[in-house]
Amino acid sequence: MANTPLTKTFTVLSRTAPYGSVRPHLCLDIALAAAVFEQQVNYVFLNDGVYQLLNKQDGAAIETKTIGKALGTLNLYGIDNVYVCKDSLSLRQLEVADLVLPATLIGAGELHEMLDNTDCVFNF
Amino acid sequence: MTDFAIVIHGAPCSSESAHTAYRFTRAALENGHRIHRLFFFGDGVYNLNRLAVAAQDETNLPAQWNELILKHKLDAVVCVSSAVRRGIVDTQEAERHELGAASAYPSAEIAGLGQLVDAALHADRTINFG
Repeated sequence: MANTPLTKTFTVLSRTAPYGSVRPHLCLDIALAAAVFEQQVNYVFLNDGVYQLLNKQDGAAIETKTIGKALGTLNLYGIDNVYVCKDSLSLRQLEVADLVLPATLIGAGELHEMLDNTDCVFNF
Repeated sequence: MTDFAIVIHGAPCSSESAHTAYRFTRAALENGHRIHRLFFFGDGVYNLNRLAVAAQDETNLPAQWNELILKHKLDAVVCVSSAVRRGIVDTQEAERHELGAASAYPSAEIAGLGQLVDAALHADRTINFG
C-alpha cells in the first residue's frame, strides 16, 4: 500500500454515548488507522456522541479508560478536522467550552454537504 | 459491476446486521458484483467463530460465512485486536498466547486495521453493517 499514492476522504460519525458500548472506540480506531495511512479524516460527533467530548469525565470510576482523554489528542495523530453537531450540543445544554478540544460546530446543512463530498463514511 | 468493501461489526447471534451483511454479500455476488474484502471488526469477529453450534431449526451464520468465503474465494480479514480479546484466534495466535486451540475459521486471515483502510481505498464502495 505504501507504493500507492491513493488518498480518499474518510468521514467517521460517532453518534453514541461514551461508556454504554464499544462503538465510540471502534470509531476512534478506524479514524486513527485512516490517519496513520495519511488519509483525509473528518471526525464528526453528533447525537449522544457529543458526550464523549465532555472535559469532566473519568472512566476510572467504572474501571475503564477515559475516552475523552484520547479524543483530546486527535490532533497529535493528524486528525485536525473535528466537528460537533450544533443542534446535538444545544439540545443537551452543552457548550464548546465543556469539550476537551476546540471542535468546529457544524449544522445539518454543512454535514449533508460534507457527506456528499466524502468517499467513505463510517457510522458508529 | 461494483467492487465492494464490506465491514461487519455486528455479532451473529445478537444483531440482525451480521445476517444482513451476509445476505447483501451473497446478493452482490449473485448479481455479478465483486467483493473486494470482508472486514470483521468489533463484535463482528464472532462471525468467524468456528466453534459456534446452531440449534437444529436455526442457521449457523459463521458456518454460512465460511462456506461463502470458500465458495467464492473471498478475501476475508478479521481484525486482530478485536479478535484476540474476544477469543477468536487462528493457530498462530493460539500458539503465541498459548491457548491450546484455534477458534477462527482458517478461511479468514487475522490482520490489522490497515487492511480495512486498504480495502476502503481500493474498493468502489465501502458498506458498514452493525
